[in-house]
Amino acid sequence: MSSLRMAVRPRGAAKPRSPMAAPRSFLWSRRIFLTLLTGFVLLPVFVMVSSSLKPLEDVSGKFRWMPSGLTIRPYIDIWKTVPLAKYFMNSLIVAGAATVCSVVIAVFAAYAVSRYQFRGKRVFTVTVLSTQMFPGILFLLPLFLMYVNIGNATGIALFGSRAGLILTYLTFSLPFSIWMLIGYFDSVPRDLDEAALVDGCGPIGALFRVVVPAAIPGIVAVAVYAFMTAWGEVLFASVMTNEGTRTLAIGLQGYSTQNDVYWNQIMAASLVVSVPVVAGFLLLQRYLVAGLTAGAVK
Amino acid sequence: MVQDAKEPSVTAPETERGPRRRRPGRLRRISLPYLLLLPALLLEILVHLLPIVIGGVMSFKELTQFFIRDWGAAPWSGLDNYEIAVDFDAPVGEALLHSFFVTCAFTLLSVGLCWLIGTAAAIYLQETFKGRGILRALFLVPYALPVYAAVITWGFMFQRDNGLINHVLHDQLGLTDSAPFWLIGDNSFVALLTVSVWKGWPFAFLIMMAGLQNIPREMYEAAALDGAGMWQQIRRITLPSLRPVNQVLVLVLFLWTFNDFNTPFVLFGRSAPEAADLISIHIYQSSFATWNFGTGSAMSVLLLLFLLAVTGVYLWVTSRERKSVHV
Repeated sequence: MSSLRMAVRPRGAAKPRSPMAAPRSFLWSRRIFLTLLTGFVLLPVFVMVSSSLKPLEDVSGKFRWMPSGLTIRPYIDIWKTVPLAKYFMNSLIVAGAATVCSVVIAVFAAYAVSRYQFRGKRVFTVTVLSTQMFPGILFLLPLFLMYVNIGNATGIALFGSRAGLILTYLTFSLPFSIWMLIGYFDSVPRDLDEAALVDGCGPIGALFRVVVPAAIPGIVAVAVYAFMTAWGEVLFASVMTNEGTRTLAIGLQGYSTQNDVYWNQIMAASLVVSVPVVAGFLLLQRYLVAGLTAGAVK
Repeated sequence: MVQDAKEPSVTAPETERGPRRRRPGRLRRISLPYLLLLPALLLEILVHLLPIVIGGVMSFKELTQFFIRDWGAAPWSGLDNYEIAVDFDAPVGEALLHSFFVTCAFTLLSVGLCWLIGTAAAIYLQETFKGRGILRALFLVPYALPVYAAVITWGFMFQRDNGLINHVLHDQLGLTDSAPFWLIGDNSFVALLTVSVWKGWPFAFLIMMAGLQNIPREMYEAAALDGAGMWQQIRRITLPSLRPVNQVLVLVLFLWTFNDFNTPFVLFGRSAPEAADLISIHIYQSSFATWNFGTGSAMSVLLLLFLLAVTGVYLWVTSRERKSVHV
């Protein structure tokens, strides 16, 4: 029993804060605050789950807490009303490829910044980081025109293709990934990879045999972040995709037609596209918290 | 034997760099960091820096739908686009100024509430109690949910006739005389703010929890020995210790909220109601609805200049503060 409780407690959690017993006022305010907050957080989740199991008439008229009948029909219909499977595939390919590329590129860049002194290091980190602050709308119009023009000039279809979206998304998560990995790599003792260098590894060998394995939690965190960024992006997906390459972010809008809004199907589809990322995130969140501690909070 | 098996993975990247192999060791050591940075650098230039430059150039051109295929051929228009954007007596400028004020008010409220809720939740969850692990995971769900799935759900809840909000406020609690509209008209600001806070506070919570872990336990023990109660410990130790974390967090939250496009876009569609017309969606709408990319770019550049100024002042103030604390 006690071992079970140990396993359930998140390992990244902070240690008990105070040796003193908490006063009554603290306990009461905590209870009230946490109850209200839990309600606020869960309300949309409740609506999403319950509405996805209701027949259409239950979601078309007045809102009902209790459905007139439960049905799994929406979960079957979502695949027919819009080509959800295709959008799912597109999202998976785009987010997956963007994640892999972004992580690999960030590992190299962070290794360089963490382990070497070179001219322009500060300029690089500051420039890369500051791109994070720019509004997406700033890049949208120029990128749109660039991709169209590159397509016209070279025949490489970036606009409307998955490749263009992958290229765009991987740079979105790159600055944050590099930043977080620098912190992580810094926390791996230098002696370790220097020993590997002495033993005859090249710098790349030392990176992949020593630094990367030691920084796996940080790399996982960065991968989760990159995947979530790409999976949830709306702005560029709305402009830079066409019928064949549309991602879930835009595809879900297909459930509202002129005559009907299939709210039960929209909720079912929302749930289906959320489950993979939420499950992945919750499984790996302690790495993300650890990564933030290493990278952001210093 | 094991050594042999691992050998290729060591030499493979070396051979990829081809001719550099023959260079003397010192030179290679110098060029290596640049080689490692090259992919990141190229991509940043291609997708971030180049578009900013092009956006700057575009803002000086008369870029209408006729020149989309070959934007270089668009005629120069000097400062015309900027004059249109900041002519606050004319419709375009007036709408931009309005959108700017809406965004400022929205950002201030949203960041404030996100910070408040996130900090309180992190402090309340600092100590172990039954159910703490579950709450911690639960509170991260809004952060993990894809924006569109979460915001679509909120959009459903805010529906006038079949949404949960009106059902509770009007039918069950009787707080409103009639079922109000939430997604059009003045109420849309409240709806947008609610969704934004719901989506945004877990990030503050996440960062704050990370920050709390770095406070040494001994500080609390010493304070407890001196007779400080729990509320006092929070005020004297926890909050001051979080200051450096706060400074980063507030800046990041500010930039994200100010630039947020996804939330209003999914909640309201291509054109937001006037009361919730955030700047990102305003620029999107005025660019793509009229295909007037020149004016849209000018607005983007103005937005960037504003954000740079705010960030600069903020960093200057906080770094000065940090110095004075140390002295």
